[in-house]
Amino acid sequence: MSHLLREFAPITSAGWAEIDDEARERLAPGLAARKLVDFSGPHGWEHSATNLGRTEKVGDPPGDGLSAVRRRVLPLVELRAGFSVSRAELADVDRGARDADLDALDEAARRLAAAENRAVFHGWDAAGIVGIAEASEHEAIALGDDCERYPRHVAKAVEALLAAGIDGPYGIALGPDAYTRVLETSEHGGYPLLQHLREIVDGPLVWAPGVDGAVVISLRGGDFLFESGQDISVGYDHHDAGAVHLYLEESFSFRVVTPEAAVRLNP
Amino acid sequence: MGFDQYHEPAHELPDDVRTFARLCASLTEEAEAIGWYEQRLAVESDRAAAAIMRDAQGEEFKHFCMDLEFLLRRTPLWRDIARGILFCEGDIVAHGEEAEEAAVEGAGERGDDVVGSGSLGIGSLRQAAR
Repeated sequence: MSHLLREFAPITSAGWAEIDDEARERLAPGLAARKLVDFSGPHGWEHSATNLGRTEKVGDPPGDGLSAVRRRVLPLVELRAGFSVSRAELADVDRGARDADLDALDEAARRLAAAENRAVFHGWDAAGIVGIAEASEHEAIALGDDCERYPRHVAKAVEALLAAGIDGPYGIALGPDAYTRVLETSEHGGYPLLQHLREIVDGPLVWAPGVDGAVVISLRGGDFLFESGQDISVGYDHHDAGAVHLYLEESFSFRVVTPEAAVRLNP
Repeated sequence: MGFDQYHEPAHELPDDVRTFARLCASLTEEAEAIGWYEQRLAVESDRAAAAIMRDAQGEEFKHFCMDLEFLLRRTPLWRDIARGILFCEGDIVAHGEEAEEAAVEGAGERGDDVVGSGSLGIGSLRQAAR
Protein backbone atom coordinates (compact mmCIF):
# COMPACT_ATOMS: atom_id res chain seq x y z
CA MET A 1 0.00 0.00 0.00
CA SER A 2 1.38 3.43 -0.88
CA HIS A 3 1.25 6.54 1.31
CA LEU A 4 -1.70 7.74 -0.78
CA LEU A 5 -3.85 5.30 1.24
CA ARG A 6 -6.29 4.91 -1.65
CA GLU A 7 -7.31 1.46 -0.42
CA PHE A 8 -8.83 3.00 2.72
CA ALA A 9 -11.20 5.26 0.80
CA PRO A 10 -14.83 4.11 0.50
CA ILE A 11 -14.52 4.34 -3.28
CA THR A 12 -15.05 1.49 -5.77
CA SER A 13 -12.81 0.77 -8.75
CA ALA A 14 -15.35 2.54 -10.98
CA GLY A 15 -15.28 5.58 -8.68
CA TRP A 16 -11.49 5.74 -8.70
CA ALA A 17 -11.40 5.38 -12.47
CA GLU A 18 -13.82 8.32 -12.80
CA ILE A 19 -11.80 10.49 -10.41
CA ASP A 20 -8.43 9.66 -12.00
CA ASP A 21 -9.74 10.22 -15.53
CA GLU A 22 -11.31 13.55 -14.56
CA ALA A 23 -8.11 14.67 -12.83
CA ARG A 24 -5.98 13.82 -15.87
CA GLU A 25 -8.39 15.60 -18.20
CA ARG A 26 -8.53 18.77 -16.09
CA LEU A 27 -4.83 18.98 -15.30
CA ALA A 28 -3.33 18.49 -18.75
CA PRO A 29 -4.49 21.76 -20.40
CA GLY A 30 -3.07 23.95 -17.63
CA LEU A 31 0.29 22.28 -17.00
CA ALA A 32 2.17 24.72 -19.22
CA ALA A 33 5.62 24.20 -17.69
CA ARG A 34 5.59 20.52 -18.65
CA LYS A 35 4.97 21.53 -22.27
CA LEU A 36 8.12 23.66 -22.40
CA VAL A 37 10.80 22.53 -19.93
CA ASP A 38 12.77 19.28 -19.54
CA PHE A 39 10.99 16.73 -17.37
CA SER A 40 12.89 14.10 -15.41
CA GLY A 41 11.24 11.29 -13.50
CA PRO A 42 9.04 10.39 -11.82
CA HIS A 43 11.69 9.18 -9.37
CA GLY A 44 9.25 8.08 -6.67
CA TRP A 45 7.90 9.40 -3.39
CA GLU A 46 11.12 8.52 -1.57
CA HIS A 47 13.17 10.80 -3.82
CA SER A 48 13.89 13.78 -1.57
CA ALA A 49 16.44 16.01 -3.26
CA THR A 50 18.04 17.01 -6.55
CA ASN A 51 21.81 16.68 -6.78
CA LEU A 52 23.28 20.06 -7.73
CA GLY A 53 26.82 18.70 -8.01
CA ARG A 54 28.10 21.52 -5.81
CA THR A 55 29.47 21.86 -2.31
CA GLU A 56 29.76 24.48 0.40
CA LYS A 57 32.36 24.81 3.10
CA VAL A 58 31.66 23.41 6.53
CA GLY A 59 33.49 25.14 9.36
CA ASP A 60 35.13 23.64 12.42
CA PRO A 61 36.01 20.12 11.25
CA PRO A 62 36.30 17.78 14.24
CA GLY A 63 40.09 17.57 14.34
CA ASP A 64 43.27 19.39 13.30
CA GLY A 65 44.55 19.43 9.73
CA LEU A 66 41.14 18.73 8.21
CA SER A 67 38.92 20.50 5.74
CA ALA A 68 35.32 19.72 5.00
CA VAL A 69 32.63 20.55 2.50
CA ARG A 70 28.99 19.69 2.45
CA ARG A 71 27.02 18.66 -0.63
CA ARG A 72 24.44 21.17 -1.79
CA VAL A 73 21.11 19.73 -2.86
CA LEU A 74 17.77 21.17 -3.85
CA PRO A 75 15.05 19.53 -1.73
CA LEU A 76 11.88 18.46 -3.49
CA VAL A 77 8.74 20.27 -2.44
CA GLU A 78 5.48 18.41 -1.82
CA LEU A 79 2.53 20.29 -3.26
CA ARG A 80 -0.98 19.25 -2.33
CA ALA A 81 -4.46 20.50 -3.28
CA GLY A 82 -7.36 19.09 -1.26
CA PHE A 83 -10.89 18.50 -2.53
CA SER A 84 -14.02 16.60 -1.57
CA VAL A 85 -16.35 14.33 -3.51
CA SER A 86 -19.92 13.68 -2.43
CA ARG A 87 -20.56 10.04 -1.54
CA ALA A 88 -23.94 10.28 -3.21
CA GLU A 89 -22.21 11.31 -6.45
CA LEU A 90 -19.81 8.36 -6.12
CA ALA A 91 -22.76 6.01 -5.63
CA ASP A 92 -24.28 7.39 -8.83
CA VAL A 93 -21.04 6.72 -10.68
CA ASP A 94 -21.33 3.09 -9.56
CA ARG A 95 -24.86 3.06 -11.00
CA GLY A 96 -23.44 4.18 -14.31
CA ALA A 97 -23.89 7.95 -14.11
CA ARG A 98 -21.65 9.72 -16.64
CA ASP A 99 -22.16 13.28 -15.38
CA ALA A 100 -20.83 13.11 -11.82
CA ASP A 101 -20.35 16.46 -10.07
CA LEU A 102 -16.59 16.69 -9.60
CA ASP A 103 -16.36 20.49 -9.54
CA ALA A 104 -14.19 20.51 -6.42
CA LEU A 105 -11.70 18.21 -8.15
CA ASP A 106 -11.68 20.46 -11.21
CA GLU A 107 -10.97 23.48 -9.03
CA ALA A 108 -8.16 21.65 -7.21
CA ALA A 109 -6.64 20.67 -10.57
CA ARG A 110 -6.69 24.32 -11.66
CA ARG A 111 -5.01 25.41 -8.41
CA LEU A 112 -2.30 22.77 -8.65
CA ALA A 113 -1.54 23.45 -12.33
CA ALA A 114 -1.33 27.21 -11.74
CA ALA A 115 0.91 26.72 -8.70
CA GLU A 116 3.28 24.43 -10.63
CA ASN A 117 3.49 26.97 -13.46
CA ARG A 118 4.05 29.83 -11.04
CA ALA A 119 6.87 27.98 -9.28
CA VAL A 120 8.58 27.20 -12.59
CA PHE A 121 8.16 30.58 -14.26
CA HIS A 122 8.18 33.00 -11.31
CA GLY A 123 9.89 30.98 -8.58
CA TRP A 124 8.97 30.03 -5.04
CA ASP A 125 11.31 31.60 -2.48
CA ALA A 126 10.21 29.51 0.48
CA ALA A 127 10.83 26.31 -1.47
CA GLY A 128 14.22 27.46 -2.77
CA ILE A 129 13.01 27.53 -6.38
CA VAL A 130 14.18 30.31 -8.71
CA GLY A 131 11.79 30.82 -11.62
CA ILE A 132 12.66 31.18 -15.28
CA ALA A 133 11.44 34.79 -15.53
CA GLU A 134 13.31 35.87 -12.41
CA ALA A 135 16.51 34.12 -13.45
CA SER A 136 16.55 35.56 -16.97
CA GLU A 137 19.60 37.73 -17.62
CA HIS A 138 17.95 39.58 -20.48
CA GLU A 139 16.22 42.89 -20.08
CA ALA A 140 12.49 42.34 -19.69
CA ILE A 141 10.29 43.45 -22.59
CA ALA A 142 7.00 45.22 -21.90
CA LEU A 143 4.18 43.29 -23.54
CA GLY A 144 1.46 45.92 -23.18
CA ASP A 145 -2.17 45.65 -24.24
CA ASP A 146 -1.71 46.35 -27.94
CA CYS A 147 -1.78 42.90 -29.49
CA GLU A 148 -0.69 44.16 -32.88
CA ARG A 149 2.72 44.84 -31.36
CA TYR A 150 3.09 41.33 -29.91
CA PRO A 151 4.91 39.91 -32.97
CA ARG A 152 7.47 42.69 -32.67
CA HIS A 153 8.00 42.00 -28.94
CA VAL A 154 8.31 38.26 -29.46
CA ALA A 155 10.68 38.75 -32.40
CA LYS A 156 12.81 41.01 -30.18
CA ALA A 157 12.91 38.29 -27.52
CA VAL A 158 13.98 35.68 -30.09
CA GLU A 159 16.64 38.06 -31.38
CA ALA A 160 17.98 38.51 -27.82
CA LEU A 161 18.22 34.73 -27.42
CA LEU A 162 19.99 34.32 -30.75
CA ALA A 163 22.40 37.11 -29.88
CA ALA A 164 23.25 35.27 -26.67
CA GLY A 165 24.00 32.11 -28.64
CA ILE A 166 20.85 30.32 -27.52
CA ASP A 167 19.56 28.10 -30.29
CA GLY A 168 15.90 27.34 -31.00
CA PRO A 169 13.29 26.17 -31.45
CA TYR A 170 11.62 28.43 -28.92
CA GLY A 171 8.29 28.36 -27.14
CA ILE A 172 6.07 30.91 -25.42
CA ALA A 173 4.23 30.57 -22.13
CA LEU A 174 1.42 33.12 -22.22
CA GLY A 175 -0.51 34.14 -19.11
CA PRO A 176 -4.31 33.80 -19.42
CA ASP A 177 -4.99 37.50 -20.10
CA ALA A 178 -2.41 37.76 -22.84
CA TYR A 179 -3.45 34.39 -24.27
CA THR A 180 -7.08 35.48 -24.56
CA ARG A 181 -6.06 38.70 -26.30
CA VAL A 182 -3.90 36.75 -28.77
CA LEU A 183 -6.66 34.27 -29.46
CA GLU A 184 -9.15 37.05 -30.19
CA THR A 185 -6.89 38.94 -32.54
CA SER A 186 -6.44 38.72 -36.25
CA GLU A 187 -3.88 40.91 -37.96
CA HIS A 188 -4.45 42.96 -41.05
CA GLY A 189 -5.61 40.56 -43.71
CA GLY A 190 -7.25 38.27 -41.16
CA TYR A 191 -4.15 36.17 -40.40
CA PRO A 192 -4.48 34.78 -36.85
CA LEU A 193 -2.00 36.34 -34.44
CA LEU A 194 -1.63 32.98 -32.69
CA GLN A 195 -0.27 31.42 -35.87
CA HIS A 196 2.04 34.34 -36.57
CA LEU A 197 3.60 34.12 -33.10
CA ARG A 198 4.11 30.37 -33.49
CA GLU A 199 5.92 30.94 -36.74
CA ILE A 200 8.22 33.52 -35.16
CA VAL A 201 9.31 31.17 -32.39
CA ASP A 202 9.13 28.03 -34.54
CA GLY A 203 7.49 26.26 -31.62
CA PRO A 204 4.45 26.05 -29.35
CA LEU A 205 2.51 28.85 -27.73
CA VAL A 206 0.92 27.53 -24.54
CA TRP A 207 -1.78 28.78 -22.21
CA ALA A 208 -0.10 29.22 -18.84
CA PRO A 209 -2.34 29.92 -15.83
CA GLY A 210 -0.25 31.35 -13.00
CA VAL A 211 2.06 33.22 -15.37
CA ASP A 212 2.11 37.03 -15.50
CA GLY A 213 2.66 38.35 -19.01
CA ALA A 214 4.66 35.89 -21.05
CA VAL A 215 8.00 34.12 -21.21
CA VAL A 216 9.87 33.12 -24.36
CA ILE A 217 12.21 30.20 -23.77
CA SER A 218 14.49 27.96 -25.77
CA LEU A 219 13.30 24.37 -26.25
CA ARG A 220 16.74 23.06 -27.28
CA GLY A 221 16.90 21.15 -23.98
CA GLY A 222 19.19 21.13 -20.96
CA ASP A 223 18.38 24.68 -19.83
CA PHE A 224 15.36 24.27 -17.52
CA LEU A 225 15.02 21.11 -15.46
CA PHE A 226 11.83 19.95 -13.76
CA GLU A 227 12.53 16.94 -11.55
CA SER A 228 9.51 14.92 -10.49
CA GLY A 229 9.57 12.74 -7.40
CA GLN A 230 6.01 11.53 -7.24
CA ASP A 231 4.09 12.66 -10.30
CA ILE A 232 0.63 14.08 -9.70
CA SER A 233 -1.50 11.49 -7.90
CA VAL A 234 -4.84 11.37 -6.12
CA GLY A 235 -4.65 10.35 -2.46
CA TYR A 236 -7.12 9.73 0.36
CA ASP A 237 -7.33 11.94 3.46
CA HIS A 238 -10.51 11.00 5.35
CA HIS A 239 -14.24 10.56 4.90
CA ASP A 240 -17.48 11.24 6.73
CA ALA A 241 -21.13 10.38 6.14
CA GLY A 242 -21.53 12.85 3.29
CA ALA A 243 -18.21 13.12 1.48
CA VAL A 244 -14.81 11.62 0.80
CA HIS A 245 -11.95 14.05 1.27
CA LEU A 246 -9.13 13.53 -1.19
CA TYR A 247 -6.15 15.45 -2.50
CA LEU A 248 -4.01 15.92 -5.58
CA GLU A 249 -0.35 15.69 -4.70
CA GLU A 250 3.05 15.79 -6.32
CA SER A 251 6.65 16.31 -5.31
CA PHE A 252 9.11 18.15 -7.51
CA SER A 253 12.06 20.48 -7.77
CA PHE A 254 12.92 22.92 -10.51
CA ARG A 255 16.14 24.64 -11.44
CA VAL A 256 17.37 26.97 -14.14
CA VAL A 257 20.67 25.87 -15.63
CA THR A 258 20.97 28.54 -18.34
CA PRO A 259 19.44 31.84 -17.18
CA GLU A 260 20.11 33.48 -20.54
CA ALA A 261 17.91 30.90 -22.35
CA ALA A 262 14.69 32.82 -21.59
CA VAL A 263 13.30 36.32 -22.00
CA ARG A 264 10.55 37.72 -19.83
CA LEU A 265 7.73 39.78 -21.32
CA ASN A 266 6.09 41.80 -18.57
CA PRO A 267 2.32 42.43 -18.69
CA MET B 1 -10.51 -24.78 -3.89
CA GLY B 2 -7.29 -22.88 -3.31
CA PHE B 3 -6.47 -19.23 -3.82
CA ASP B 4 -2.91 -19.74 -4.96
CA GLN B 5 -3.02 -16.96 -7.52
CA TYR B 6 -2.72 -14.44 -4.70
CA HIS B 7 0.78 -13.86 -3.45
CA GLU B 8 -0.43 -11.29 -0.89
CA PRO B 9 -3.50 -11.52 1.42
CA ALA B 10 -6.48 -11.22 -0.93
CA HIS B 11 -8.40 -8.87 1.39
CA GLU B 12 -5.55 -6.34 1.16
CA LEU B 13 -5.62 -6.29 -2.64
CA PRO B 14 -7.78 -3.86 -4.63
CA ASP B 15 -10.37 -5.31 -7.03
CA ASP B 16 -8.41 -4.56 -10.18
CA VAL B 17 -5.29 -6.29 -8.87
CA ARG B 18 -7.33 -9.39 -7.91
CA THR B 19 -8.79 -9.49 -11.42
CA PHE B 20 -5.29 -9.08 -12.86
CA ALA B 21 -4.03 -11.98 -10.73
CA ARG B 22 -6.94 -14.21 -11.80
CA LEU B 23 -6.19 -13.61 -15.46
CA CYS B 24 -2.47 -14.26 -14.88
CA ALA B 25 -3.42 -17.59 -13.28
CA SER B 26 -5.74 -18.35 -16.19
CA LEU B 27 -2.96 -17.53 -18.67
CA THR B 28 -0.66 -19.97 -16.88
CA GLU B 29 -3.31 -22.71 -16.96
CA GLU B 30 -3.93 -22.23 -20.67
CA ALA B 31 -0.19 -22.44 -21.38
CA GLU B 32 0.05 -25.62 -19.30
CA ALA B 33 -2.90 -27.14 -21.18
CA ILE B 34 -1.30 -26.29 -24.54
CA GLY B 35 1.86 -28.10 -23.41
CA TRP B 36 -0.10 -31.11 -22.18
CA TYR B 37 -2.02 -31.46 -25.47
CA GLU B 38 1.26 -31.15 -27.36
CA GLN B 39 2.63 -34.13 -25.39
CA ARG B 40 -0.56 -36.19 -25.79
CA LEU B 41 -0.63 -35.55 -29.53
CA ALA B 42 2.99 -36.64 -29.82
CA VAL B 43 2.16 -40.12 -28.48
CA GLU B 44 -1.44 -40.63 -29.71
CA SER B 45 -1.74 -43.10 -32.59
CA ASP B 46 -5.55 -43.03 -32.90
CA ARG B 47 -6.28 -40.44 -35.61
CA ALA B 48 -9.80 -39.64 -34.36
CA ALA B 49 -8.58 -39.09 -30.81
CA ALA B 50 -5.72 -36.95 -32.09
CA ALA B 51 -8.16 -34.82 -34.11
CA ILE B 52 -10.25 -34.14 -31.02
CA MET B 53 -7.20 -33.17 -29.00
CA ARG B 54 -5.92 -30.96 -31.81
CA ASP B 55 -9.29 -29.19 -31.76
CA ALA B 56 -9.11 -28.88 -27.96
CA GLN B 57 -5.60 -27.46 -28.17
CA GLY B 58 -6.90 -24.85 -30.62
CA GLU B 59 -9.37 -23.76 -27.95
CA GLU B 60 -6.50 -23.35 -25.49
CA PHE B 61 -4.60 -21.24 -28.04
CA LYS B 62 -7.63 -18.97 -28.24
CA HIS B 63 -8.06 -18.78 -24.45
CA PHE B 64 -4.37 -18.03 -23.96
CA CYS B 65 -4.48 -15.20 -26.51
CA MET B 66 -7.63 -13.68 -24.99
CA ASP B 67 -6.10 -13.75 -21.50
CA LEU B 68 -2.91 -12.20 -22.83
CA GLU B 69 -4.73 -9.44 -24.69
CA PHE B 70 -6.72 -8.55 -21.56
CA LEU B 71 -3.56 -8.32 -19.47
CA LEU B 72 -1.73 -6.26 -22.09
CA ARG B 73 -4.63 -3.80 -22.29
CA ARG B 74 -4.44 -3.32 -18.53
CA THR B 75 -0.63 -2.88 -18.53
CA PRO B 76 0.64 -0.31 -21.04
CA LEU B 77 4.31 -0.98 -20.25
CA TRP B 78 3.86 -4.73 -20.83
CA ARG B 79 1.98 -3.97 -24.05
CA ASP B 80 4.77 -1.71 -25.31
CA ILE B 81 7.37 -4.39 -24.64
CA ALA B 82 5.20 -7.08 -26.26
CA ARG B 83 4.78 -4.90 -29.33
CA GLY B 84 8.55 -4.93 -29.84
CA ILE B 85 8.83 -8.71 -29.54
CA LEU B 86 5.69 -10.41 -30.83
CA PHE B 87 5.33 -11.13 -34.56
CA CYS B 88 8.81 -9.70 -35.28
CA GLU B 89 11.33 -11.57 -37.44
CA GLY B 90 14.91 -11.88 -36.20
CA ASP B 91 16.70 -12.32 -32.90
CA ILE B 92 14.09 -12.68 -30.15
CA VAL B 93 16.49 -11.87 -27.30
CA ALA B 94 17.78 -8.75 -29.07
CA HIS B 95 14.21 -7.61 -29.76
CA GLY B 96 13.41 -8.20 -26.09
CA GLU B 97 16.27 -6.07 -24.83
CA GLU B 98 15.50 -3.26 -27.27
CA ALA B 99 11.76 -3.34 -26.57
CA GLU B 100 12.26 -3.25 -22.81
CA GLU B 101 14.67 -0.34 -22.96
CA ALA B 102 12.48 1.70 -25.29
CA ALA B 103 9.27 0.95 -23.40
CA VAL B 104 10.66 1.75 -19.94
CA GLU B 105 12.27 4.93 -21.20
CA GLY B 106 9.04 5.97 -22.91
CA ALA B 107 6.99 5.21 -19.82
CA GLY B 108 9.35 7.28 -17.70
CA GLU B 109 9.10 10.24 -20.05
CA ARG B 110 5.33 10.02 -20.01
CA GLY B 111 5.32 9.61 -16.23
CA ASP B 112 3.45 6.33 -16.53
CA ASP B 113 2.95 4.16 -13.51
CA VAL B 114 5.92 1.81 -13.92
CA VAL B 115 6.26 0.65 -10.33
CA GLY B 116 2.70 0.87 -9.01
CA SER B 117 3.04 4.40 -7.63
CA GLY B 118 -0.61 5.40 -8.08
CA SER B 119 0.50 8.25 -10.34
CA LEU B 120 -1.95 9.72 -12.86
CA GLY B 121 0.81 9.19 -15.42
CA ILE B 122 0.90 12.74 -16.77
CA GLY B 123 4.67 13.24 -16.95
CA SER B 124 6.12 15.42 -19.67
CA LEU B 125 3.68 17.15 -22.02
CA ARG B 126 6.29 18.33 -24.51
CA GLN B 127 4.84 16.10 -27.22
CA ALA B 128 1.33 17.39 -26.52
CA ALA B 129 2.32 21.05 -26.95
CA ARG B 130 1.54 22.48 -30.35
